Amino acid sequence: MFPQHRNVVVAQTQTFCVISLESNPQTSSEPASLPAEDISTNSNGPKQDSLFDDDPEDLFAEATEEVSLDSPERDVLLSDGPSPAITPITPPTSVITPCIGHAHDDMFTHSSFDEIEEEEGGDSFDMHISVSDPEKVGDGMNAYMAYKVTTKTSMSLFKRNEFSVKRRFSDFLGLHSKLASKYLHIGYIVPPAPEKSIVGMTKVKVGKEDQSSNEFVEKRRSALERYLMRTVKHPVLLKDPDVLQFLESSDLPRAVSTQALSSAGLLRMVNKAADAVNKMTIKMNESDAWFEEKQQHFENLDVQLRKLHASVESLVCHRKELSVNTAQFAKSAAMLGNSEDHTALSRALSQLAEVEEKIDQLHQDQANADFYLFSELLGDYVRLITAVKGVFDHRMKTWQKWQDSQMLLQKKREAEAKLQFTNKPDKLQQAKDEIKELEGKVQQGERDFEQISKTIRKEVSRFEKERVKDFKTIIIKYLESLVQTQQQLIKYWEAFLPEAKAIS
Amino acid sequence: MTSTLDENNKEKMRSVSVDLNNDASLLIDIPDALCERDKVKFTVHTKTTLSSFQKPEFSVPRQHEDFIWLHDTLVETEDYAGLIIPPAPPKPDFESPREKMHKLGEGEATMTKEEYTKMKQELEAEYLAVFKKTVQVHEIFLQRLSSHPILSKDRNFQIFLEYDQDLSVRRKNAKEMFGGFFKNMVKSADEVLISGVKEVDDFFEQEKTFLLDYYSKIKDSTAKAEKMTRSHKNIADDYIHISATLNSISADDSTANKKHLEKLSDLFEKLRKVEGRVASDQELKLTELLRYYMRDIQAAKDLLYRRARALADYENSNKALDKARLKSKDIPQAEEHQQQCLQKFDKLSESGKKELTGFKGRRVVAFRKNLIEMAELEIKHAKNNVTLLQGCIDLLKSN
Repeated sequence: MFPQHRNVVVAQTQTFCVISLESNPQTSSEPASLPAEDISTNSNGPKQDSLFDDDPEDLFAEATEEVSLDSPERDVLLSDGPSPAITPITPPTSVITPCIGHAHDDMFTHSSFDEIEEEEGGDSFDMHISVSDPEKVGDGMNAYMAYKVTTKTSMSLFKRNEFSVKRRFSDFLGLHSKLASKYLHIGYIVPPAPEKSIVGMTKVKVGKEDQSSNEFVEKRRSALERYLMRTVKHPVLLKDPDVLQFLESSDLPRAVSTQALSSAGLLRMVNKAADAVNKMTIKMNESDAWFEEKQQHFENLDVQLRKLHASVESLVCHRKELSVNTAQFAKSAAMLGNSEDHTALSRALSQLAEVEEKIDQLHQDQANADFYLFSELLGDYVRLITAVKGVFDHRMKTWQKWQDSQMLLQKKREAEAKLQFTNKPDKLQQAKDEIKELEGKVQQGERDFEQISKTIRKEVSRFEKERVKDFKTIIIKYLESLVQTQQQLIKYWEAFLPEAKAIS
Repeated sequence: MTSTLDENNKEKMRSVSVDLNNDASLLIDIPDALCERDKVKFTVHTKTTLSSFQKPEFSVPRQHEDFIWLHDTLVETEDYAGLIIPPAPPKPDFESPREKMHKLGEGEATMTKEEYTKMKQELEAEYLAVFKKTVQVHEIFLQRLSSHPILSKDRNFQIFLEYDQDLSVRRKNAKEMFGGFFKNMVKSADEVLISGVKEVDDFFEQEKTFLLDYYSKIKDSTAKAEKMTRSHKNIADDYIHISATLNSISADDSTANKKHLEKLSDLFEKLRKVEGRVASDQELKLTELLRYYMRDIQAAKDLLYRRARALADYENSNKALDKARLKSKDIPQAEEHQQQCLQKFDKLSESGKKELTGFKGRRVVAFRKNLIEMAELEIKHAKNNVTLLQGCIDLLKSN
């Protein structure tokens, strides 16, 4: 049930190799065999077998369905890449060896993370992704919206400066699912994908070409765009093969397991529930005040952002109401103007009606700005903070694993001590072997814990910087939209004033 | 709560009807009022040079019901049938702010202290606005009467201004109230009657068509304007919540964001004040204007109904005279009756024409004044908003 089991057991470098194997088509036929091969090169004992029994099926099953890469294209692309660790896409056996050999160049060890940041400095982030041209494909309940994803960049990571592909919503979910399973449990804040909406999509499928389904498509399009931009802004995620493939490959296998009612979907739900229960039972001795402080900070921020989001949603609603009411008043004023028998007053009332009609459009536009800039920003961050909290939880779980190993080691040592006084040399040897293996596990557990802690510190720092920048940029844009509305209002009323004065 | 309104405020609010209270021979105002639960006690203050009054200056306390009594008495006076009787002021209605205050109390737990205080302030301002509006409407009613050459001399009006005892003894008792209700029913029957009566005068024919149509249109516009104002108020409330939450977030924040958030919170607090003023100005200049003239047009329609009834009476008296001549019985009475009806009808028509023409002039002037003022205020508030917003944007960009 817990994929990270695997990571704890397997050496850090191997973690990555196993991850990359997910995206290998050739492994699809025999997922279970890979762990066996890993084990053979692993210094850890045979104990690993049992640990692999359940988990690999889960994870690799998902991978099997989702991916079948176009191998040659992949190689060509990746050979340009900076990190050698990405290259192993070819058959399993060749994957493992180069992987281990490049242990130190592995971008997931501490040293290479710094390297990546240096690389970032050299090839500064210059990338713009747009999601556009929603197009309905197919009919009835099997219909879906296809979006055009266009990437414009000057970064050397990509062969071309501009390219586009067609993607559907489940592709985005599939991408997120892969990234989440790779990076969340080792402490990376993976931006969450936009939410599913069965109601919204059904309307679109059924073919209602009305305003609400248009609004729904636009809302989704915008959310997908923001999602991709956030993902690529993450220096590590940007270089992930799945991300690159998503942006560049003209063919992407259907991410079937993202369907809400699929078996994988149900599995996810069960996992989530189990996680929640576990979280409640883990009591961690926090030795690092930084983590405690940060966790509290994110808890508070979560509450406040949700509250703010609710207020802004209310604002959007009321602004839309104002627009509707203004339009109604405009019509009424026009009728009144027609009815008025004093000529000049009649004309002034008609002018008033026209002004109010223009103003209602102004309010409508402002409501859109309220929503797309302010409200959606807050909604995105509410979801992002959930991802941040998730990462902290994973750290707790990592700690728990480590503690569990330690306790088990302790028990085994006690058992071995007892065996010393019996005359069972075989059993004693076995005990000694088990202890040796557990000692390795405990060390690994500690290393994992330290690693995730370090990663989280870096991630949180990056996240907070990004958050401040993001908020400032978007809030300025939003305020500018408000300014524009007010300036238009001035124009309209100033044009009306002489009309009112002309009444005699 | 008491409220003493200064001249400036009063001048602003009196704009629904212009050129009132200029005649020094009879000056009326409501300098203060007391609000006790549901009841509002107005202090009616009169300054006069007319000898018909006992004192040159005096004040009396009056309740809303007293105003209604005065209005109904005037309506029922035959002599004034040819006049537009100024519409009765509507009952003071504190229902809306009271309900909101109640809801606020219930939701207190979900807000921060500052938020609650601000919402409460906002509601108290609304309460005060309703209060001021009702005082204004009652004052204008009296001033319309005092400016009218005929109505200002009405005996009951004088009693209303002068009588220093409680007026309730002279107010309608239950029977009379029922009579009033019955009269309203008869009036609607009159509306049906009007469409059947043949109009002889083009002027009145036009007026009838115009007023009937205009009334329904203005009634609709009033309702729609009210909805617009309410939306503005809702937005102002949202700004309060947004400002408060931003404040909470900034309190927790230790990054460079903290200052940004504080500025933003401050901005929304200022914006909501402007939005609130936009709402109240729109209400005063537009909604109240429309509402007032809606009632005034009803009063003008009442005049038309009375005239139509007089015309019907005259026609009936003609028929009666013909019948009498046929029967050769009671001819002199019938003739006299017919003459009376004709006189009454002519008097009504003459006075009615004057009143309706004056009314149109009044209406046009008032609309002009209010529309100009509203446009000017909208511009002023929008410019204010731009300054506030631009200031904040510049601050954010400079950091």
